[in-house]
Amino acid sequence: MSLRNNRLGALALAAAALLSAGVALAFYWAPEDADQGFSQRIFYIHVSVALTAYASFGWAAWKALRLLWRRDERYDLESYTAVHVGVMFGVLTLVTGSIWARISWGVWWSWGERQLVLFLVLFLFYSAYFMLRYSTEPGPRRARMSAVYALFGVVLIPISFLAIRLAENFIHPVVFTREGPQMSGSMFFTFLVSLAGMVALAFALHQTELAGKRLDLRLQELRKALAS
Amino acid sequence: MTYLADVAALARKDLLLELRSRDTLPAMLLFVVSTLVVFHFSLPSGSSDLAAVGLLWVAIVFTALLGLTRAFVAEREQRLMDGLVLAPCDRSAIWLAKGLSIVAFLLLAEVVALPAYALFFEPVSGQMVAGILLADLGIAAVGTLLAAMAAASRARELLLPLLFLPLAIPVIVGGVGASVADDPARYLGFLGLYDLIFAILSWASFEYVVTE
Repeated sequence: MSLRNNRLGALALAAAALLSAGVALAFYWAPEDADQGFSQRIFYIHVSVALTAYASFGWAAWKALRLLWRRDERYDLESYTAVHVGVMFGVLTLVTGSIWARISWGVWWSWGERQLVLFLVLFLFYSAYFMLRYSTEPGPRRARMSAVYALFGVVLIPISFLAIRLAENFIHPVVFTREGPQMSGSMFFTFLVSLAGMVALAFALHQTELAGKRLDLRLQELRKALAS
Repeated sequence: MTYLADVAALARKDLLLELRSRDTLPAMLLFVVSTLVVFHFSLPSGSSDLAAVGLLWVAIVFTALLGLTRAFVAEREQRLMDGLVLAPCDRSAIWLAKGLSIVAFLLLAEVVALPAYALFFEPVSGQMVAGILLADLGIAAVGTLLAAMAAASRARELLLPLLFLPLAIPVIVGGVGASVADDPARYLGFLGLYDLIFAILSWASFEYVVTE
C-alpha cells in the first residue's frame, strides 16, 4: 500500500513540476505570437487541457470496452473515474476557450468556434452519464449501461465534430494542419511540456479518485461482513 | 432466417399492442400538431420561413421523444422484459423490432405533421422529406437503446431526454441542412453515415443493456 502511495505521490509531484515548467515556459520563454500577441499564450493551457479531456474520454471508452469484452466489473470504476476527470478538463476547456474568445474576438461565446461547441455538446452528453449512473441501482447492469454510454461518447466525438463543421462557418485559428504544427520549435516544445503536465495531472487525479473509490467499496464490504 | 422471423413476431407484438391500447400514437399525433400551433405563435410576425424549418425539426425530435418514453412501458410494468430476455432469441432482435415499431409510429406522426406544416407554414420539399426519413432511422436506432437504459433507471422519463438530446444534435444538423441547403447531398450523406454507425453500435450493445 505504501509503495502505491509513493507512486501516486511521485506522479503528483511530476505533474506539478511539469505544469509549473509549462506555465513558466509559456510566459517567459515562448516567443510572442505575431498576430495575437500576449493572449496567445493561453493556447498552451487551453489546447493541452482540451487534448487531455479527449484522452480521458478515450481512456474511459477503452476501459468500457474491456468491461463489456471481459465481463469484468473492475473496469467499471476505472471507466467512471476517467469520465469524471474528462468532464473536469472539459469544463476547464470551455472556461479557457471562453476567455480566449473574449480576448481575441471580444465575445465570451462564439458558435463559430468549433472546438468550443464540440466541448459544450460533450459536456452535456457526459453530464447525462452521471445522471444515468446516479439513478440506476449499482450492479453489473449499471456497469454495462455506463460502459455502453461511454462507448457512444467516443463515437459521438468525431460525428459531432463533423456535424459542427457542416453547420458552421470557420473562424477557428488552425494550428495543426496536415503539414504538421504551424508553430516555431520553442512554441511547440512549450506546448509539449504543458501537454505532458496536463496528462500527468489527469492521470494523478484519476488514480487518486480510483484509490478513494476502491477504499470506499472495501469499507462497504467490511461493514456488510461485520453486520452479518 | 429465424432471426428475421423473431424480429417480425416482436414488431407485430408491439404494433398489435398499440393498435389495441392506443396509448402512444394518438398522443404523438396530437402533440406534434399542438407544437406546430405553439410554434406559429412563438414566431414573431415577419420571421423567415427558415425559422419555421428549424422548428419543424424541434417538433419531430420532441415527438419522437414522447414516443420513446412510452416505448418500454409495457415491458417494465408487466415485467415483459424478463420474459423477452429469457426467450430463446437473439437480444438484438428485441432492439430491431422495437426500433421498427418506433419508425412506424414516427412515420405515421409525420404523415400528419408534414401536411399540417405545409398548411400552417410553407410547402414541404422533397429534400426535406428525404432528410426526415433518414433522421427517423437514426432517431429510432439510438432512441430505442437509450429508452431501454432509461427504463432500467429510477428517473425513467426524466432521464431519456438528457441522454437523447446530445446524441440528437448531429441529426438536427443533418436534417436542417438537408432541408434548407442548395445541395442537400452532403447533409443526406451525413445522416446516412450517422444512421449506419449508430445502428451498428446500438444493435451490438443492446444485449448488455437489457440483461440483468
